Amino acid sequence: MARQFSVRRQTGFTAIAMICFFALYLPIGVLVIYAFNAGTSLSVWEGFSLRWFVKAFENQQVIEASIRSLQIAVVAALVATAAATMAALATTRTEPYRGLTLKYAFINQPLMIPEIVTAVALLIFFSRIKVWTGYSGLGYLIAAHTAFCIPFAYLPIRARLENMDLTLERAAADLYATPWKTFRYVTLPLLWPGILAGLMLAFVISLDDVVITEFVKSAGQDTLPTYMLGQLRRAITPEMNAISTLFLLLSICIVTVFFFVNKKRI
Amino acid sequence: MKRITTTLAFAAALLASTGLAHAEGVLNIYNWGNYTSPDMIKKFEDQYKVKVTITDYDSNDTALAKVRQGGSGFDMVVPSQNYVPIWISEGLLLETDPGKMENFKNVAEVWKNPEFDPDRKYTVPWAMGIVGTVVNTDVYKGDVNTWGIIFDTPAELKGKVNVVPEMTDVIDAAVLYNGGTKCTGDLTILKKVRDTLVKAKPDWVAMEYGTIEKMGSGDFAASSDWNGSAFRQRLANPKIKFGYPKEGFVNWSDNLAVLKDATNVENAKLFQNFMMDPENAGMNSAFHRYANGIAGSEAFMPADMKDAPEIKIPAEFASKGVPSQTCPPEVQELYTKIWTELQK
Amino acid sequence: MSEAAKVIEAEARRDVRNRWLLSMPALLIILLAAVGPLLIVVVYSFLTPGPYGDVQWQPTLSGWINVFLERDIFDETLSLADAHISIFVRSVWLSLVTTVLTLLVGFPTAYFIATRPDNSRELWLFLITIPFWTNLLIRTFAILQIIRNEGLINNIMIKLGLFASPVQMLFTDGAILTGMVYVYLPLMVLPLYASMEKLDFRLLEAGYDLYATPFQVLRRIIVPLVKPGIIAGSILVFIPALGAYVTPSILGGGKNLMLGNLIELQFGQGRNWPLGAALSITLMLIVMVALLFYVRNAKGSGAKHG
Repeated sequence: MARQFSVRRQTGFTAIAMICFFALYLPIGVLVIYAFNAGTSLSVWEGFSLRWFVKAFENQQVIEASIRSLQIAVVAALVATAAATMAALATTRTEPYRGLTLKYAFINQPLMIPEIVTAVALLIFFSRIKVWTGYSGLGYLIAAHTAFCIPFAYLPIRARLENMDLTLERAAADLYATPWKTFRYVTLPLLWPGILAGLMLAFVISLDDVVITEFVKSAGQDTLPTYMLGQLRRAITPEMNAISTLFLLLSICIVTVFFFVNKKRI
Repeated sequence: MKRITTTLAFAAALLASTGLAHAEGVLNIYNWGNYTSPDMIKKFEDQYKVKVTITDYDSNDTALAKVRQGGSGFDMVVPSQNYVPIWISEGLLLETDPGKMENFKNVAEVWKNPEFDPDRKYTVPWAMGIVGTVVNTDVYKGDVNTWGIIFDTPAELKGKVNVVPEMTDVIDAAVLYNGGTKCTGDLTILKKVRDTLVKAKPDWVAMEYGTIEKMGSGDFAASSDWNGSAFRQRLANPKIKFGYPKEGFVNWSDNLAVLKDATNVENAKLFQNFMMDPENAGMNSAFHRYANGIAGSEAFMPADMKDAPEIKIPAEFASKGVPSQTCPPEVQELYTKIWTELQK
Repeated sequence: MSEAAKVIEAEARRDVRNRWLLSMPALLIILLAAVGPLLIVVVYSFLTPGPYGDVQWQPTLSGWINVFLERDIFDETLSLADAHISIFVRSVWLSLVTTVLTLLVGFPTAYFIATRPDNSRELWLFLITIPFWTNLLIRTFAILQIIRNEGLINNIMIKLGLFASPVQMLFTDGAILTGMVYVYLPLMVLPLYASMEKLDFRLLEAGYDLYATPFQVLRRIIVPLVKPGIIAGSILVFIPALGAYVTPSILGGGKNLMLGNLIELQFGQGRNWPLGAALSITLMLIVMVALLFYVRNAKGSGAKHG
């Protein structure tokens, strides 16, 4: 009858944790449920219906915004991960050299500054360039996204790199492999899960960005989050619930892949 | 290695496709939110094979600020009449001469030569309306035709009133409420205006634009608002009533203009001409529920708009309407200062 | 021998140079699209505002002065800028409360996950990561739906008879607080978990062997050991909360401004770019202070471990 004494047990912690999980998922759950509401209200249930999903799929603006979000996210994530991998290789597993801490701070700078400050800075900077060059395509958004994605890609890669065993690479060198060959056939495959983790993290971070995109975008360059922001401020309908549900589904898929990839530890 | 090259190729293709969108005809419109009929836009797109993008703004000041900073990429904008002279004097508008376009003959006589754009060199009428109050009569049964709803909130409405944060609208209302004339620079009146606003603010629940949806869902019980927006609210909930403040209310019009640094000038001119066609103007009004300045468009508007209390001003209030006009720069500066102080 | 030393030295120099080359792309991108523009903000904070936004290239201190002082419109008296000060105070206060609340809720949650057996731990981690990777807007919208007058909470309370009519929860400081706690909670749990995962539970056993109560074990063994996680989590919550813009905008109703909203206002209706720039720099400085606090504490706790 007496509960077995466990060293790990703390009073009330399990209860609070359970409440926490419940509280985390309840609002999202309600949101998803009302995406299937047949009526137009956001809180009065009028039966099950898929009409809002149909409406979302037919909404030209939503489709374009989503495609744009994906375009930016893919390019930004790829470039950021490539740059971050190089930067990680350059800043880890070495004796501290001059400028290392500075570099480290530099690379992680976007994480340390509140987004609104960066957004404002980019607004001022890019609008000058836009006037000066006349180019106002997606390049600015991609550049901005790449910049703040770099630290997010950098951290998992660095973590993985630091935990790697140097002996394998030394063995390769002993077997007369050139530095490039060592990198390609030994370091890279070992580093791959870290790079993949960094890539996915960067992708999600870019996809989710609201503030910086909102300030930097030009005409007709809405991404899905900025479109949603506009709608939330002005005209909320269950169509927003439908869009949110689809977005949520995408996030869950990515998280699942992420966990799967990380499980296969080499 | 092959995987890397294929991913890089994919990325390059995506990058290239981002530039492709600009290949065909495009038109980038910057307009008030929830103010453009999607059906009408579709008609324009099909007729002229042009891809239209619409970006929303919430207030004249936001629009001006965004375009002023440069490189926004917009071709057209829809400022209110009291801001049009500012846009012109700042050199932001392109002189497209709608007064000489084919459909100009359809513009109502009284709007053909307005003082804010003589001979219509820059703009085309988009819509016109009134700033008033909108009240949910289930919550408050008293007189809705007064600015006291927001400046001296009755007990039932305390903590349930919203004020749409369009600076000129709110300050004009406060000026009229305190017996002044629009654009007055009289410091005693402005002091009273400042005090009225600051005193009233704690009774407000929010300062937001999304009135249509939030009045419908009961988050707001009353608000300062525009008549077309009130019309749409009433269609959703018959208990919502639009009020014509007896202290005085402002008649405004919004006007479609082309930006000086527009990249798609030809398409923009086509759109200006398109908007002067009665059928298109009528289609637009059917969506946003405001009157427009094109003669003959009534035939294309839904029947309930003819006698709607929001559109047809009741006789007793007809004389209280004041036309919107641009205030002198010193007065505008004072208004901005008062507005900033209100933001506490 | 010196020949060998010279070769080693040359090698070392080449290695450092290669490392600099490798890090160039990342550094360049960040310089152009993150750090560089910040310098421009500093410059702009010292210019004069244009009549309708943008700036005029005349140096002045008015931007910085306006951050702290204001001139009354009508009697020209100089006084403290109440509006700005109250927004600063509100922002810092709300961020601190958010941090504390997320800590109070996040600590047990992280501990719970860390003490699960290995097979189910993956599942719990998965469950806590999903909200973390869900878009901020979606999470804010979810809270909006629940607390509005027609929302879930009011409906249930009215059904249970606890409320007579809907209680206004949206558009208050409380709404912003709820939104921020909800949005930043995963950011607190994950670093805490990372710290707790490494916890050596034998130390707890030792504590119990010495007749400690569970609370004493918590206070004197667990908490000091996971201090790096606590500090990391607090920083990860405090800094974004301070600069929050989306959540207060949607949940605050435009009446309760936080620092992020105030800054944005200057670039829109406020038409005062230099003031906006000065406010941004001020925000950054507050953040720097918080970070300094973090760095000093993180270093300190590392040294104390036996």
